[in-house]
Amino acid sequence: MKNEYEKYYVPAQSPWPIIGAVGLFFIAVGSGLSIMQMGKEASSGVYLLLAGIAVIIYMLFGWFKNVIDESMSGLYSKQLDISFRQGMAWFILSEVMFFFAFFGALFYARMLSVPWLGGADNNAMTHEVLWNGFEAVWPLLTTPSGETTQAMGWQGLPLINTLILLTSSVTVHFAHVALEKNKRAQLKIFMVLTVLLGVGFLTLQVEEYIHAYQELGLTLESGIYGNTFFMLTGFHGLHVTLGTIMLFVVMLRIFKGHLSANNHFAFLAAAWYWHFVDVVWLCLFMFVYVI
Amino acid sequence: MTAVTEDNHDSHQEHHEATGIKRWLYTTNHKDIGSMYLIFSLIMFLIGGAMAMVIRAELFQPGLQLVEPHFFNQMTTVHGLIMVFGAVMPAFVGLANWMIPMMVGAPDMALPRMNNWSFWILPFAFSILLASLFMEGGGPSFGWTFYAPLSTTYSNDNTALFVFSVHMMGMSSIMGAINVIVTIVNLRAPGMTWMKLPLFVWTWLITAFLLIAVMPVLAGTVTMVLTDKYFGTSFFDAMGGGDPVMFQHIFWFFGHPEVYIMILPAFGIISTIVPTFSRKKLFGYASMVYATSSIAFLSFIVWAHHMFTTGMPLAGELFFMYSTMLISVPTGVKVFNWVATMWRGSISFEVPMLFSIAFIVLFTIGGFSGLMLAITPADFQYHDTYFVVAHFHYVLVTGAIFSIMAGVYYWLPKWTGYMFDITLAKWHFWLSLISVNVLFFPMHFVGLAGMPRRIPDYALQFADFNAIISIGGFAFGLSQLLFVAVVYKCIKGGDKVPAKVWEGAEGLEWEVDSPAPYHTFSTPPEIKD
Amino acid sequence: MGVVRFTLWLILLAPQLSFANSSLNMRTGVTDISENVYQLHMIIFLICCVIGIIVFALMFWAIFHHRKSKGAKPAQFHESTRIEILWTAIPFVILIVMAIPATKTLIAMEDTSKADLTIKITGSQWKWHYEYLSYNGEKGDVDFYSILSTPQDQIKNKAAKGENYLLEVDKPLVIPTDKKVRFLMTSDDVIHSWWVPDFAVKKDANPGFINEAWARVNEAGTYRGQCAELCGKDHGFMPVVVVAKAPEEFDAWLNDAKQSKQNAAQADQALLSQTLSKDELMTLGEQVYMASCAACHQPTGLGLPGVFPGLKGSPIAVGDVNAHIDMVLHGTPGTAMQAFAKQLTLKQLAAIVTYERNAWGNDTGDLVQPNQVKARMKGDE
Ligand code: HEA
Ligand code: HEA
Ligand code: HEC
Ligand code: CUA
Ligand SMILES: [Cu+2]
Repeated sequence: MKNEYEKYYVPAQSPWPIIGAVGLFFIAVGSGLSIMQMGKEASSGVYLLLAGIAVIIYMLFGWFKNVIDESMSGLYSKQLDISFRQGMAWFILSEVMFFFAFFGALFYARMLSVPWLGGADNNAMTHEVLWNGFEAVWPLLTTPSGETTQAMGWQGLPLINTLILLTSSVTVHFAHVALEKNKRAQLKIFMVLTVLLGVGFLTLQVEEYIHAYQELGLTLESGIYGNTFFMLTGFHGLHVTLGTIMLFVVMLRIFKGHLSANNHFAFLAAAWYWHFVDVVWLCLFMFVYVI
Repeated sequence: MTAVTEDNHDSHQEHHEATGIKRWLYTTNHKDIGSMYLIFSLIMFLIGGAMAMVIRAELFQPGLQLVEPHFFNQMTTVHGLIMVFGAVMPAFVGLANWMIPMMVGAPDMALPRMNNWSFWILPFAFSILLASLFMEGGGPSFGWTFYAPLSTTYSNDNTALFVFSVHMMGMSSIMGAINVIVTIVNLRAPGMTWMKLPLFVWTWLITAFLLIAVMPVLAGTVTMVLTDKYFGTSFFDAMGGGDPVMFQHIFWFFGHPEVYIMILPAFGIISTIVPTFSRKKLFGYASMVYATSSIAFLSFIVWAHHMFTTGMPLAGELFFMYSTMLISVPTGVKVFNWVATMWRGSISFEVPMLFSIAFIVLFTIGGFSGLMLAITPADFQYHDTYFVVAHFHYVLVTGAIFSIMAGVYYWLPKWTGYMFDITLAKWHFWLSLISVNVLFFPMHFVGLAGMPRRIPDYALQFADFNAIISIGGFAFGLSQLLFVAVVYKCIKGGDKVPAKVWEGAEGLEWEVDSPAPYHTFSTPPEIKD
Repeated sequence: MGVVRFTLWLILLAPQLSFANSSLNMRTGVTDISENVYQLHMIIFLICCVIGIIVFALMFWAIFHHRKSKGAKPAQFHESTRIEILWTAIPFVILIVMAIPATKTLIAMEDTSKADLTIKITGSQWKWHYEYLSYNGEKGDVDFYSILSTPQDQIKNKAAKGENYLLEVDKPLVIPTDKKVRFLMTSDDVIHSWWVPDFAVKKDANPGFINEAWARVNEAGTYRGQCAELCGKDHGFMPVVVVAKAPEEFDAWLNDAKQSKQNAAQADQALLSQTLSKDELMTLGEQVYMASCAACHQPTGLGLPGVFPGLKGSPIAVGDVNAHIDMVLHGTPGTAMQAFAKQLTLKQLAAIVTYERNAWGNDTGDLVQPNQVKARMKGDE
């Protein structure tokens, strides 16, 4: 124990964090301004946003290059690896809580606000005086203000997507087993498969959105049903994108010969993240589509 | 508990430290980062305090004198935001950065580069927030609680900037919290078992957990505000099946744990200082740990006590009333433990101890008013009056801020290697103590007499007390300049102090030199008992 | 049970020591509920005081007697399971003692059934709208807006402040004493909160939802409160005034109100055939503008850039008259600009539009007559 501790690596000074902070600054100001400038002449916001994204990408490359170099040159100890793993685990917990907020909104709308608008609990007068004629059902296809839409069924694309994600969780697991057993060929195959499944999921989701907008009239603006639908699936989709990119980078590194049976935090992080994304989807599938 | 340290500088020879500004921009050192956090938070305290001075100046007399109502609302909103996210939280993170690695015998924080990133996000986040004050339409003016639909449909265009600056603050806090947890869980020196952890470390561990659990919820909330305002969603709009009260539920699910995020580390600091100057072991160490955990647990199930007047069903009101009242029990355990620690001790009154004693008394008063607020029927009368303002300034200013001052006075000699100017510091204490009560105590009265909060002008019967409150406010504000002076002088020089600055102090941080060396434990200290 | 007796004794003494109704303490109010709430407040307050005194006394005793300068030597104890359990259990019991009366009062407060009079209260930036929905089972059929009546000069410190500075309105809500009055709160825009301390009623007015509260007032009189939820710029200028009258007087008032509502409708009808002079319209227009519009668009017509548009030279105020009238009648849904069609009379509406089209250098020279306004209203019905 003491031995490991002595090798504990405190990195030297690094320019990447401050570059990252500047990048985030541009992204924040840029997104803020571009949203404020929606439908107006000015477009300075978009440029700032793009600049911010560029800086962040530059930072990620530089930072990860540093980390990879340090890791490859054996500076890292077992303990540091544990630190990384724990850090990743807590980060994933924070992501869980982010989704929790949106699931909270979904449950609140389904179980409280919509029934209340229909007169449930102590809200008889709400219905009688303000929303006479409004019917509380879920999915809410006619909003109190009279907006209408259609519901997204679960049997078609969503079901296929569920199967795709579940399969990909299995393939990434097989990749892990292969990595730990040092079977590189198998590992590569499973990595490629996983990434492809991820891309497949995203493609189908785009298709689903097009279907929703064009055929169902289900949009971000069609009341609380559309709101929760798009916010949950949308943020989930973003996370799938991120997860796919992570897996893709790991895949590239594996092809380059990086990551060994006993030192593969990068793989683990991506895989954990992928499983997390999968679990969120299962909840989504249940509560947004099926029930 | 004692510790043996062998300084082994060899392992750090590959570090060519940059100097000048680059040292601070690029640093990965927990002490540098801790110092930056603390200085940042001091600056924010002064800015937020200056806004409070604008508020108090406007409220000095009835009538509109200095500022327009719209600007007044921006001042209260940004004052609240800056004090909460800019002053108190970063100050605690700064103390954590400085002290936790030293207290658990770690070489640094677990993820040093990310640590630097967490810090540097903050100045940018707050410059966005502050810059929006100068744009057309002004900054956020919907209260630090940004209730929808005031913050959505009815807010000005700059709200997007507010949203993204809150996102940045959230990211910073989450990364900071991850760092703290991982450091404590993974980097404790051999032999530093859980029940030997200093209480400051314990309280911070639990705080970090709260942060990770609720900051993302805040991010979700502001995101929904953003889409409601700009992208046509109706989460908080009954027209589309949403509910403005849903905003409050989600916000307070974050907001209530947030207030404990601002007090648990304070409990840790007080639990460190009181034993030192009582020269007696902390009474009930284990029960302190359990109490902290139960407060953290309860904090997740009491949020709607901020919403008693929103028309929740009766069962909800009863549940949240009872659960809120319960928090008094573990908090009481803490107060009693501190008193028992002093009991039959050998007490001396150095400046950190003075602040701690003031903390115990004044925080308890704030806690009592909190308990009164928890009683739902009575809260109907207290809610959104100055009684609430009095409550939370007692727990925040004489609670959180006083504990931070106590902590700074306690560890400042360790950081700088010099003793601070004790006379000046005592002046600071006594002036603060008197003025802070002139400032916040009469708020109870005007609140009970019916003065709503967040108003720029008030009826005549509140005039006398408001004048007194404002005078107390200016006095308290000016007294804080003494604090700035003490800290500045102490950084510049003073009497040298030994490793163990305070006679009764215990803990690893007192085993290393003063000022603490740039790298503390290159090899882990041995923990003996 | 010495403690219980001591507490009871304190409670008995409380009215003398408590500064009730002074500027130091909560008001006892004029309903049974508000009286209960006051008692509850005093009980918890006194319990907290007693605990506080005991805890602080012990602490200061230790600080004084066990101080180092007196040569105190530290004892060695640092835990005691017995005492720790004790000081967990005792506060718990105290909390139960507090919770019982609190629960009772709360249940009583939430029971809005069997009301004699039902009034719908709608908040909007920054006024209250009162509608008498039903009285003794009959339709109420009276409604009016209630706006702050304190002159700007007093607020801007240009005139001496009156006795009820900021707590006075043009038309107070009138209710009968000794009757159960049910309030239905809602809002047209942001969240407001309707609060009358003397009734111990504070309930949020949430847009799109209705909250209920009730009061049975024991004493006739005028009771003043304020909006208690931040609702934008003029949140501080949104008072609530309630006049409680004996039931007979209330009945008379209600009949008068119904009568004058009919009269007003007739007067409006009569106006349609009249042509008002520019002077008349401008004078009335300025007056109503200051009361209803200046809060947002400012007396100068410049608005607050980025928040409320200026009307001076605005495309609507100097452009098409009908578009201007429509804006005032119907507002812009989803913004702070409300629909004024129902809030103001035809004459006032005509006057305001005329005023806006000719004030601050908007010299369009247009005159808008009540029948023109009426015509636009028809257009949408
Ligand atoms: C550090 C921050 C902090 C802390 C620690 C607390 C602690 C508590 N708070 Fe407070 N609170 C705030 C910050 C804080 N609060 C803020 C910022 C707001 C306003 C937000 C806004 O609207 O802007 C607020 C508002 C607020 C409200 C809403 C009021 C309203 O808007 O109507 C309520 C209601 O229940 C409440 C209750 C409590 C309670 C019961 C505690 C308890 O934890 C207190 C427990 C402590 C004690 C009770 C004292 C010590 C105990 C003993 C000596 C034991 C024996 C005692 C008994 C058995 C009585 N708080
Ligand atoms: C930790 C948090 C914290 C802290 C430390 C403070 C500190 C202070 N607060 Fe704060 N306050 C809040 C958190 C905090 N507040 C929150 C969350 C709200 C609610 C916001 C909302 O409603 O949305 C609030 C609201 C609030 C109000 C109610 C506003 C309203 O409802 O309209 C008032 C009114 O008096 C007030 C006053 C003060 C004062 C006088 C101080 C003083 O302690 C400040 C003292 C410090 C200084 C003054 C700085 C140092 C000195 C200088 C910079 C030199 C200049 C000095 C002079 C010119 C004299 N605060
Ligand atoms: C609570 C705030 C508020 C009040 C009170 C108010 N307005 Fe407005 N007004 C607004 C806002 C906000 C807009 C911008 C609406 C939009 O974006 O379409 C507006 C727009 C207008 C416009 C169109 C200006 C333009 O160029 O777009 C006119 C005319 C107008 N108001 C007249 C009035 C009149 C007359 C009154 C009083 C009888 C009044 N307003 C009261 C907030 C208010
Ligand atoms: Cu209406 Cu505040
Ligand atoms: Cu709370």
